[in-house]
Amino acid sequence: MLDKPTHQSGGQLFVQIREVTKHFSAKGPPALETVSGTIETGKITGLVGPDGAGKTTLIRLLTGLSRPSKGAVLIEGEDAYASQHYLHQMLGYMPQRFGLYEDLSVMENLVLFADLKGLSGPERDETFSHLLKFTDLARFTERLAGALSGGMKQKLGLACALLTRPRLLLLDEPSVGVDPISRRELWSMVSELVDKSMAVVWATAYLDEAEKCDEVLLLSDGKLLYSGSPANLTDTMTGRVYLARLPQAKRRETIAPLLADASVADAILHGDAIRLLTQKSADLAHIQGLVDGELVPAAPRFEDAFVDRLGGGPDGRSPLVDAMKAHTDTGEAVVEARGLTKRYGSFAAASNITFSQKRGEILGLLGPNGAGKSTTFKMLCGLTAPSEGEGRVAGYDLRTAAADARGRLGYMAQKFSLYGDISVAQNLSFFAGVYGLGHRRAKERIDAMLEAFDLTAYRGTTAGQLPLGFKQRLALAAALLHEPEVLFLDEPTSGVDPITRREFWSHINALTAKNVAVLVTTHFMEEAEYCDRINLIYRGKTIAEGTPDALKASCAGADKSAVTMEDAFIALVARSEQAEKETAA
Amino acid sequence: MWRRIVSLIIKEMLAIWRDPKGRAVILVPPLLQLVIFAFAMTMEVRNLDIAVLNLDTGNRGREVEAGILGASPFDDVIRLQSVNQIREMIDGQRVIAVVHIGQDFTRRIEAGESADVQIILDGRKSNASQIVNSYLSSIISRVSAAAYAGHETPDVLRVRHWFNPNLEYTWFTLPGLVATITLLTTIIVTALSVARERELGTFDQLLVSPLRPLEIVVGKSAPGLIFGYLHGTFFILVAIFGFKIPFAGSLFALYGSMFFYLLAVIGIGLFISAISATQQQAILGAFVFASPAVLLSGFMSPVENMPDWMQLATQINPLRHFLVVAQGVFLKDLPLFEVARNTFPLVLIATITLPASAWLLRKKVS
Repeated sequence: MLDKPTHQSGGQLFVQIREVTKHFSAKGPPALETVSGTIETGKITGLVGPDGAGKTTLIRLLTGLSRPSKGAVLIEGEDAYASQHYLHQMLGYMPQRFGLYEDLSVMENLVLFADLKGLSGPERDETFSHLLKFTDLARFTERLAGALSGGMKQKLGLACALLTRPRLLLLDEPSVGVDPISRRELWSMVSELVDKSMAVVWATAYLDEAEKCDEVLLLSDGKLLYSGSPANLTDTMTGRVYLARLPQAKRRETIAPLLADASVADAILHGDAIRLLTQKSADLAHIQGLVDGELVPAAPRFEDAFVDRLGGGPDGRSPLVDAMKAHTDTGEAVVEARGLTKRYGSFAAASNITFSQKRGEILGLLGPNGAGKSTTFKMLCGLTAPSEGEGRVAGYDLRTAAADARGRLGYMAQKFSLYGDISVAQNLSFFAGVYGLGHRRAKERIDAMLEAFDLTAYRGTTAGQLPLGFKQRLALAAALLHEPEVLFLDEPTSGVDPITRREFWSHINALTAKNVAVLVTTHFMEEAEYCDRINLIYRGKTIAEGTPDALKASCAGADKSAVTMEDAFIALVARSEQAEKETAA
Repeated sequence: MWRRIVSLIIKEMLAIWRDPKGRAVILVPPLLQLVIFAFAMTMEVRNLDIAVLNLDTGNRGREVEAGILGASPFDDVIRLQSVNQIREMIDGQRVIAVVHIGQDFTRRIEAGESADVQIILDGRKSNASQIVNSYLSSIISRVSAAAYAGHETPDVLRVRHWFNPNLEYTWFTLPGLVATITLLTTIIVTALSVARERELGTFDQLLVSPLRPLEIVVGKSAPGLIFGYLHGTFFILVAIFGFKIPFAGSLFALYGSMFFYLLAVIGIGLFISAISATQQQAILGAFVFASPAVLLSGFMSPVENMPDWMQLATQINPLRHFLVVAQGVFLKDLPLFEVARNTFPLVLIATITLPASAWLLRKKVS
């Protein structure tokens, strides 16, 4: 956990959001519906919610760039839209996709933004040197912004937003695409900034970040679920959260009945354990009966409260159990990487990656963006030819029988890339055809998938118009039509709301019971917890391997205190850097 | 294998057709081109103004004037009063030409001497003024033929235009449009095909399926071929039934040659698609290819008029070869041998561009 910012006191009302509704089109639900809240100076206000909850819409209303359909946004009592010009003098805004010019250097970007804001002379130079020191970018002033890492881009974006010392700083998902280390740095930079004269809005889909904010506005589907201190919300869950410690082999078969039980509001895998959220006044003895292990009370998290507000987790049943045939477990590895190496010129994007994966196992390739996990992933599904080493999927060598190997794997790309202009049924027929299913069998499988994923009613709907959760189901359905032996998932649930994420993982659970191997890439620590085994990749190399709990345990200090996956990640990266320095010396 | 390819083709066609932008790409350009080329872009001389300064008081001068008045290409005939007005008429682009008949025009003819008519043309519009000049000359020679009747008859040149006896401009443009429109449609449809998937992020999904690169190339080529043939057929029908242009040759020869023409164009389209990351880049790439291809095809200006090195360069332009086939088969029943001779370069272009784009696609993958 990060240090909590200590600027609770001295908040002054700065922004008032009064029953704001925003429609983008006459039909369809509003992007925001009667949202009210306040933003105070001296505090970090978290704008929290999954993708599509309305965070960016609300931020744009705060900048005065768009106008609410109903209600008003008042900044120091003035209407934001009407007093745009004045407002922009005191606003620092960092859009989601860094508003930087990728073909300009770091310094050129700073100069450009300074010119735009009318900052010049010695004052400008002073600000520059201060900000460059603050963001630790002084060494990179000549580098093109496009060549910076995700974390450094965000820092530069922050520097540009801070040029004229804004009184209201709006950060739209600053931690997306940023590795955990830079994420911490970014957070501590921002909390250092906040003082009596400045209000900060930090939009995020990560609930662990929400926990650290002074205040939050929790959004879901354009509606405000909660506003106030995150701790107050989390505290309402006190006494309802338990960790069930189980043997690792048992956790998957235990979780589904737990979710289905009426006295359990939510259950998720947490390394070797299962994290349980019980219903109010649930019978603990009854729950203990469902668990073959020890039940330990645990501290509630913000996410528990969010899930509870959303009406609890899914029921844990996955109709996929009936819709997929079981593959036989031959005991052999189904995915094998032997010394996989990919070089681009002198740069090795991945070097000597070796692992093997059993049937029914979930293996996570964890690492920050650009660490080489995507390259490894692409080599294993045949999208990139390795420079050295070999990869095998379902017994087929990817160099000699790539197409056969590809026929045995299912692939779900990030952001569920499907054909948005054609209907659900047409998407499925296409994939059935491409995977060579005969007409009769294609029809059978399509019907089974539509049924299993509750998509029958959406048969004729254009895929692009489906709600996000259904898009994800369709993507999974398309990847499973041909009953693959291995499923490749690329950051499957980042930015997705907690309920949809749980639903997704209960499908994955059902698949492992059918001996389907699942290979996941993620930079998202929570997703890592769902994996059976993790391969931690950093700078193109495997720096650690093991079960999530083993990795966490390897980093626990002498006091054996609980460490989060993120702590473990940061510690392991630091250890590897240390080792590298020693060998170099 | 065929099941996979057919599924891909069906998906491609659906994806184009169900996307409103895709539909626009298919429907709008051909109709727009039809209107522009068939009606607006004409090289005939029509709707022009002309001025006449007739200082002659006799009959012969009036006959020339009447001949001009009665000629169809001239919209408005302005009568001038003095020589001073000529400059202003031409300089101000009021008229394309001024016909100046001298005071002694009738008198000289009556006397059996040679008489002159001065024609001042606007050289800035070189093409139109040449045509106007020949119109005027024919009017004047008619008058003079009648005038000198009984004296000695001068030889009269009779011109007959083969294959297009009335020099109907649409007879030239519409068969050409069959070639140019199919070029535009096919190049855009194929250029967008891979770029669209790459932009939407579905291309990886396609690449991890059991589809082989060759199958992807076949599947991505088919919509271009299908839409190319559809548009080609549409224009052939419009030409024959809408514009009553006689179809002299063999449909079989035209469609057969068109097959290789479309393949050559598809190869180029896929090449553009393979190097474009977004649909915008693909459209831009398609136009960077299509505009010079149309200009250097012989459709806008004869290839024979270009410098030698450029004539050589036009050899790699599929449109240049197919244009000869389309116009030839349409108007003069081009013999099969000639069709084959002009189709051969298309086969060559296709055998280079198609494998090249397949290679590039595969290279982009790894």
